[in-house]
Amino acid sequence: MQRILDSLLFPLLAVVSAFLVGGIIVFLVGDNPLRVYEIFFASAFGTIDGISYTLFYATPLIFTGLAVAVAFRCGLLNIGAEGQLYVAAFAAAWVGFTLDISQWVVIPLCMIAAIVAGAIWGGIPGILKSRFGSHEVINTIMMNFIAVGITSYFTQYYYRLPGDPILQTKTIFPQAQIPRMSAILGTFGINFPAWLPLNFGFFIAIFACIFVYIFLWKTKWGYELRAVGANASAAEYGGINVGRSIVLAMCISGALAGLVGINEVLGYRYRYYDGFSANYGFTGIAVALLGRNHPLGIFLAALLFGALVRGGLFVNIFSDRVSKDLVVVLQAVIILFVACEAIFQFLQKRNLATGKN
Amino acid sequence: MIDATDIINISLVGSTIRLATPLILAAIGGLYSERAGVINIALEGIMLAGAFTAAAVAAKTGSPYLAALSALISGVVVALIHAVACIRYRADQVVIGTAINILFLGAPALFSRAFFGSSGSTPQLETAQRLPNLFIYIAFIAVPVTYFVLFHTRFGLRLRMIGESPEAADSAGVSVEKIRYMAVLISGLLAALGGAYLAIGQNSFFTRNMTAGRGYIALAALIFGNWHPTKTLLACLFFGLTEALAIRMQGVINIPNQFIQMVPYIITMVVLAGFIGRVHPPKAIGQPYVKERR
Repeated sequence: MQRILDSLLFPLLAVVSAFLVGGIIVFLVGDNPLRVYEIFFASAFGTIDGISYTLFYATPLIFTGLAVAVAFRCGLLNIGAEGQLYVAAFAAAWVGFTLDISQWVVIPLCMIAAIVAGAIWGGIPGILKSRFGSHEVINTIMMNFIAVGITSYFTQYYYRLPGDPILQTKTIFPQAQIPRMSAILGTFGINFPAWLPLNFGFFIAIFACIFVYIFLWKTKWGYELRAVGANASAAEYGGINVGRSIVLAMCISGALAGLVGINEVLGYRYRYYDGFSANYGFTGIAVALLGRNHPLGIFLAALLFGALVRGGLFVNIFSDRVSKDLVVVLQAVIILFVACEAIFQFLQKRNLATGKN
Repeated sequence: MIDATDIINISLVGSTIRLATPLILAAIGGLYSERAGVINIALEGIMLAGAFTAAAVAAKTGSPYLAALSALISGVVVALIHAVACIRYRADQVVIGTAINILFLGAPALFSRAFFGSSGSTPQLETAQRLPNLFIYIAFIAVPVTYFVLFHTRFGLRLRMIGESPEAADSAGVSVEKIRYMAVLISGLLAALGGAYLAIGQNSFFTRNMTAGRGYIALAALIFGNWHPTKTLLACLFFGLTEALAIRMQGVINIPNQFIQMVPYIITMVVLAGFIGRVHPPKAIGQPYVKERR
């Protein structure tokens, strides 16, 4: 119990500190911080609509948070989730609007396409790292830009409907759509508004959390991956193939980021929309850090960030001083505080003095 | 019929120099920080901070010089966040840099809405409120100055020593922390100028994410240039040239723009993998220095 409380303490401190900083900024730009935060949380958790939007916005962040965490556990920083989810979403859409076949075949194919595309896009920096020793941070950043370029090229020149002013592909066949929450709950006789975008992707996100937990802590591969992250040279000395673990970690990381494409394309827009990601890949870094690279923590952190996205939209409407960019600022400040845990170390020292910790 | 001289002519040189200027300022800034062993992914964020500050101050006061000065201050402040987090609190340098980049995706828009009523962009500046050339001179002076500082002064020697082997520098009586702070702050100054050039030199306003990845391209140029001032300058000019060509060829020759824009990124990956020569990053890059207690 003490362990759980301890691992919650620093993330909570970071969030509270970030909200204080955010409050000061709100005050500086001329609005009442309490009012703004009230709008935030009332709109995110106050109604069924609010909660369902919060879960919908949290879904991609669960995927990218898990993606960053798996790489992190192997000692790698995957800044490329953004690029991985773009190619994956495009791949899912391509299968969806190309294959006019039964839904029992096309939906799994779309998902496999997303997973494989994400895994390849994540795997390339992994291979470059293990084979040539080139730093994954730079390579994943570069591949973000390459992904944006390639997907935008194919969308613009090959798969856009003639005359469509928006840079997006044609829509996927109806069989490739995954059900929305209203349809899922409807089969159990529960009434749920059909226009809410929350969809089956959310359940896949929960499943992904469980998968990552089992993979990292209950399989040999996961053990090896974590051993490499803890101390690569010791792991190598212990007979672990470090290069293989690095490539595996990056492939799984990319695949998880790629699952965003399922929520986005198969569950929500039903097409590939150029530049759809609201920085999901980068927010994933915040989610993973705040969730301490553990699936449960990531789930909770993603809920918080999902709520912020939802709340930000409402703040944008109800305040003429504060814009939804406050959310982006809060995310950044949370990362700063989580990464600088040493700031809070004075608390730990006190714990030591009183014989706790 | 398109003539080759429509694309390759004297004005191409001009636009190459103009497009390379923000890259040179940011990359040379990054060079100080990275040669001292501190990764500076935050270049993008610092550029955005400098760009917004310059545009906002120019719009409010009408003075471009005051705007440039304010941009410098903003660069120092943001670099200080990076330095304190990475040096004092030994946080992960890449994570902090990423946080700073995210921060300045949001912060300028937030303040822009509060000050100017629009989160999209700051008000359009008049010609007298801009500085179209000053930053170009500064960029091209910064390169030889940096070369001299790096290789012919005691500060430069210490800076390079700290980036290669902080332990050795420390036992020689050099303060690793102090020089790393200075290096990161210098990188903040230069990167902010690069951003300011975008806002009040090349353009006449600030728009959301107006750097559009130039901080990362500067980082790429730094790698391509092997962390060396002159080679970094050449890398920046080359990336400036690809951008200039991309703009000119739009609609003239049938090469999709997206592919030309990708060139710097692909080159960086190829260079980093060691296919073109070898890159030698500073040995202690990315490692926080923990002084041994006696």
